[in-house]
Amino acid sequence: MKRSAAYPYLAWLAVFTIIPLILVLYYAFTSVSDGAVKFSPDNFVRAFEPMYLIVMWRSFVLALAATAICFLIGYPAAYILARKVGEKKSTLLFLLLVPMWMNFLLRTYSWLTILERNGIINNALFALGLPKMDLLYTREAVVLGMVYNFLSFMILPIYTALSKIDASLIEAAQDLGAGKMNVFFRVIFPLSLPGVVSGVTMVFLPAITTFVIPNLLGGGKDALIGSLIEQQFLRVGDWRFGSAVSVVIMGLIVIAMSLFYAVDSDEGEGGLF
Amino acid sequence: MTENNDNKLIELRNVHKSFGKTVVLTDISLYVKKNEFVTLLGPSGCGKTTTLRIIGGFERPTRGDISFDGKSVLNLPPYQRHVNTVFQKYALFPNMNVFENVAFGLKIRGRQSAEINEKVKAMLKLVKLDGYDKRTVLSLSGGQQQRVAIARALVNEPEALLLDEPLGALDLKLRKEMQIELKNMQVKLGITFVYVTHDQEEALAMSDTVAVMNNGEIQQIGAPEDIYNEPKNAFVAGFIGESNIMGGVMREDYVVSFGGDTFKCVDKGFEKNEDVDVVIRPEDVDLIDAKEARIKGVIKNVTFKGVHYEMRVQAENDYVWTVQNTVMSPVGAAVGIRVEPDLIHVMRRAAG
Repeated sequence: MKRSAAYPYLAWLAVFTIIPLILVLYYAFTSVSDGAVKFSPDNFVRAFEPMYLIVMWRSFVLALAATAICFLIGYPAAYILARKVGEKKSTLLFLLLVPMWMNFLLRTYSWLTILERNGIINNALFALGLPKMDLLYTREAVVLGMVYNFLSFMILPIYTALSKIDASLIEAAQDLGAGKMNVFFRVIFPLSLPGVVSGVTMVFLPAITTFVIPNLLGGGKDALIGSLIEQQFLRVGDWRFGSAVSVVIMGLIVIAMSLFYAVDSDEGEGGLF
Repeated sequence: MTENNDNKLIELRNVHKSFGKTVVLTDISLYVKKNEFVTLLGPSGCGKTTTLRIIGGFERPTRGDISFDGKSVLNLPPYQRHVNTVFQKYALFPNMNVFENVAFGLKIRGRQSAEINEKVKAMLKLVKLDGYDKRTVLSLSGGQQQRVAIARALVNEPEALLLDEPLGALDLKLRKEMQIELKNMQVKLGITFVYVTHDQEEALAMSDTVAVMNNGEIQQIGAPEDIYNEPKNAFVAGFIGESNIMGGVMREDYVVSFGGDTFKCVDKGFEKNEDVDVVIRPEDVDLIDAKEARIKGVIKNVTFKGVHYEMRVQAENDYVWTVQNTVMSPVGAAVGIRVEPDLIHVMRRAAG
């Protein structure tokens, strides 16, 4: 391909990624004293205060939980999808993708009407003579929102990886004496790992930084990292501290992801990437 | 080929197979003896691979039975059959290195790692891949991948090795080498081979027995020499080697008419005036002086084939003969065609 074909992308990258990133770094590493802007680590010192460390840890745990649940639901779903053929397969894929056509906010709002005190579930419980439950504004509701919104990002890459596995490899394993469990754990699962890696990445990253879901379904009770950053920028107006928190979380994500990829490529004997 | 029952390692009896409304195999009966090299030969879509997959357990016959050592294996899944397959595109596990690929079957069967190590090493040596243990399979050449596939199957000491066009992806020179190597290996190890190919030369060169298939039916089973010299019908004659095949009429025993004339032959047992197919191999045709010949023609084109020339001769009765001869006759030359009676082969015409 011609090199010049990459220029629009480079321009895009410069305007929308590199320049903002530089701005974020600039704000993060500077502070204002006596009306003068100067380099200082103050914002980072503040970001590592226990109050904010708790927020980061909580975000990490909730995102991890959502990712794990997405994997547990998504892998079997992708597996079933990959084994289906013809019309059934198209229908299932369609059903999987339909919610994605809806606006993200609307999708999340819809859970409000299901979970709230006078929502569908509680009304049903009441009708059955059972006590109402506090479903909304809980951590579970936040994780539920994450799983619901990001599940298809787990299913699709795994589905793609599974579909690409040559049927003759499965037959070869059977031919060599492998029963169903052995075929799955020695051949199918290892070969689907690239899809799992993509899926985990694509769920974990938006989950750890989302602010819409904790704001709506968590009621802003337990701040998550995304809401914290949003607050600093939009409500408090402290861009410098908000930028510092962004940089810290970026660093954490880079570390977490590189650990994850390192483990994965060990298992794949370096052949997968 | 005696009808000795104890000798039949694999036997297919009246096997039919259809996928939906598509009939793939019709009434396949075939047996493979211990240590025999049997080849299923035929054009693509003839059902040879399906037959092999039925033996391997990957397809279930719609009707009919299949037995190993006299016991039906109809209900045994692939992993319980004592046969191993070398797949068409090798189907090596890309997530494992060479050693792990070959060790797969032994590991599944829970063998001790010392035993696995020893057997895999020995097998890699046999296929001339010692020292390649740690290589990823995708870094190997086609020929090497093919050897890994063979080693991976053979290390399990199967009663029979099933090979599905194993040399199809290799270039001509490598293919010839592997043919000899495979045959040597089969003789040395004393393992039964069931081999699928569309390459008639390969089939003739390697097999003890060849089953020629077409349209889901076995056309002829026999030793390579019999198949070549005594093809049962026009399909077999046309598929195995080059042939001149003409319609003719069997006048009486030892007398056949074709190409506008009547000739002596060595075949008998046909109805009087039965329509037949006549096969004459190109190398069996003599070119003689046109004046002395009963079939006259003109050389239309000449191709040099290395060992011999191949010439097309337009006969007066419109049939174009293929003739092979070490002496070239120039294009346009008038020639005569002569065939010795014992080289005229008369076949029953296939019904329909």
